[in-house]
Amino acid sequence: MSSGSHNGAAIGEDVQSVALQRSLSHLERDATAVLPALQAVQNAFGYLPESALEYVAAEFDTPLSQVVGIATFYEQFALEPQGEHTIRVCTGTACHVNGSADVLDTYRQELGVNPGEVTEDGTYTLAEVRCVGACSLAPVVMIDDETFADVNPDDAMALLEEDE
Amino acid sequence: MSVETPITTRPELEDLADVGRESLYPDELKVLVGRASCGKAAGADDAFDALEQTVADAEEITVESTGCLGFCAREPLVEVVYPDGRGIVYEDVRHEAAVELGEALIAGRDPSGVSVLGVRSHDDNTSIPSDQIEDADGSATELSTLDFYANQERIVLRNAGLIDPESVAEYVARGGYFPLWDALHGFSPEEVIEEIQASNLRGRGGAGFPTGLKWELTRNASGEEKYVICNADEGDPGAYMDRSVLESDPFAVIEGMTIGGFAIGAETGIVFVRAEYPLAIRRLEEAIEAAREYGLLGEDILGTGVDFDVEIKEGAGAFVAGEETALIKSIESKRGEPEPRPPYPAESGLYGQPTNINNVETWANVPRIVEHGASWFDDIGTEASSGTKVFSLTGDLDNTGLVEVPMGTSIEEIVYEIGGADPGSIKAVQTGGPSGGCIATERFETPVDYDSLQDVGSIMGSGGMIVMDQDTCMVEVARYFLSFTQEESCGKCPPCRIGTKHMLDILETLTEGRGSEADIERLEELSTYVAESSLCGLGQTAPTPVESTLRYFRSEYEAHLDGECPAGECVSGATHDQAAELGGEDV
Repeated sequence: MSSGSHNGAAIGEDVQSVALQRSLSHLERDATAVLPALQAVQNAFGYLPESALEYVAAEFDTPLSQVVGIATFYEQFALEPQGEHTIRVCTGTACHVNGSADVLDTYRQELGVNPGEVTEDGTYTLAEVRCVGACSLAPVVMIDDETFADVNPDDAMALLEEDE
Repeated sequence: MSVETPITTRPELEDLADVGRESLYPDELKVLVGRASCGKAAGADDAFDALEQTVADAEEITVESTGCLGFCAREPLVEVVYPDGRGIVYEDVRHEAAVELGEALIAGRDPSGVSVLGVRSHDDNTSIPSDQIEDADGSATELSTLDFYANQERIVLRNAGLIDPESVAEYVARGGYFPLWDALHGFSPEEVIEEIQASNLRGRGGAGFPTGLKWELTRNASGEEKYVICNADEGDPGAYMDRSVLESDPFAVIEGMTIGGFAIGAETGIVFVRAEYPLAIRRLEEAIEAAREYGLLGEDILGTGVDFDVEIKEGAGAFVAGEETALIKSIESKRGEPEPRPPYPAESGLYGQPTNINNVETWANVPRIVEHGASWFDDIGTEASSGTKVFSLTGDLDNTGLVEVPMGTSIEEIVYEIGGADPGSIKAVQTGGPSGGCIATERFETPVDYDSLQDVGSIMGSGGMIVMDQDTCMVEVARYFLSFTQEESCGKCPPCRIGTKHMLDILETLTEGRGSEADIERLEELSTYVAESSLCGLGQTAPTPVESTLRYFRSEYEAHLDGECPAGECVSGATHDQAAELGGEDV
């Protein structure tokens, strides 16, 4: 599912962890399953550590270059550790025309990070998302798996407290 | 969940419908909370919990979930269904209103301060009858006569906001799975394809290719195995029809795919769905599981010896993966880069086998066509575009939401009458997402069908319809869409990779007030090159937002040359793109 919902510093980055192995267990061990395997790793660790990329390459009998090629093609995957929570500011059309850029600016200034970056304390990843399909409630912000409607720059930061 | 006996006879299917009727039309008070993503974002979960708690001790009241009633602007929507079939829909039901509603129901009085959207009759019928029904003081309007609903014709959305999306019994009670029964028992695969062809159903993903013809090509192609795919990678920003259908009526999509699998000769169906739609994925999973238990998916479906099963593949966040050849590569665990066509997927698709890809809304139409017949469907809409189309109507207007109208309905009817937009304040409507264009108000008499929208410089697209008022700068809109396509370009072919970048650079120069007449000419030139020489639909249609805004709003471009933004949005005060510039990659 979404990369921010199971950020898993707590699980560690052990590719042999029971949780990860369970979600890999039903996959065929060949190149056709690399994408779901990477999704499972992303869900378990919140990003794709180098060691996990190597593990997937070996386990699924696919050249590492190809695995990295897939990991860097899709936006879902992060190659660096992510924050504990992910703030996704929707920049879809309806949100854009309703002022999502100002909401994004608020987070950038208040948290001191650009989209794609993690706050210094490791709490938040700031991200843009291209439409969460809640356009009638624009502008929309998702914090982990929760969606907030009609967000204006003034109450953007308050959502973070609400989420905790 | 208990394991049910697979259904193999028609009386068993009818028994399941009876079970569904009991919960759809109960003898007790039922409170229905619209809990699709829009409702949830507006606070429907909170309303649901508050209602459940308030009426916890009242055994004669049940609180249930349903999908999306479509009127997003008035969410959260809660309906009270009385044993006599009367339903009262309340709007904007937040926590306090939910508690008050629950208390009023227990006390048997009218709730105070909870606004009624409208009333409707819940009858054991597939359409809402027009009998006059009244709420307690007789003042409420019938739902179907509200401006928002009056001109809609709900075929794809007929169950949305009415049934529990996870209940196969309620789906069957509304006529579901009888079309599959009829198709498997009464038709040959070829006859099903003939029926779909005769209905003139065209692909709802945007391109409008005849669905029956696609099925026939796939059926006639030779291969060891065949596949049917549901494209639920709804990527156009500003479009959420497919999400809502999956969240509100997932069985309709699965039943459509099963009928398609039978007709085409495929035993495997795959739903390729965006990872950004967690609720849609969960409801699909539940629905697939339930369908398997009842023998509606899997081996020997409905005791006919036909095998068909459906699995879900989650997308990994790449807009281009909505293009069918890229989608196939994504399912194959490859980089989602498009391939030249031909060969078309019908000949050589997933794992090199014949593959039929249709979009969510297309699949959801299939059971209805089998149920009512091809000519019923063909009679709806226009000559070349049959049936209805679902639009997500958003932007600068009051009645935002999901609307389903017959093809051929005019833009002005949708925007002004259904949407309630103020004609004086509107500048344009954008259709077709990043592949579509902005249509100026002077063309609002245009009927919405595949061909007419192309004539006015846009496309049908998947169904996003974003209304823009006078404060929206059209140059900035074009820049916004180019920043989207430029970022989502997979980079495989140079015209798209480099061409869109140049176009974006020029548009940025223009919005910053530093452009010259030569820039506009260069932009037009590039538009032609990129459209003509790109490999896939993403690049071929990327210039449409630029071409359409130049066509209708050239004077706005020219004003920017003098450092003026007529909408007052860019040049001086704009910082809209700072985020994108500094932001680096999306997550």
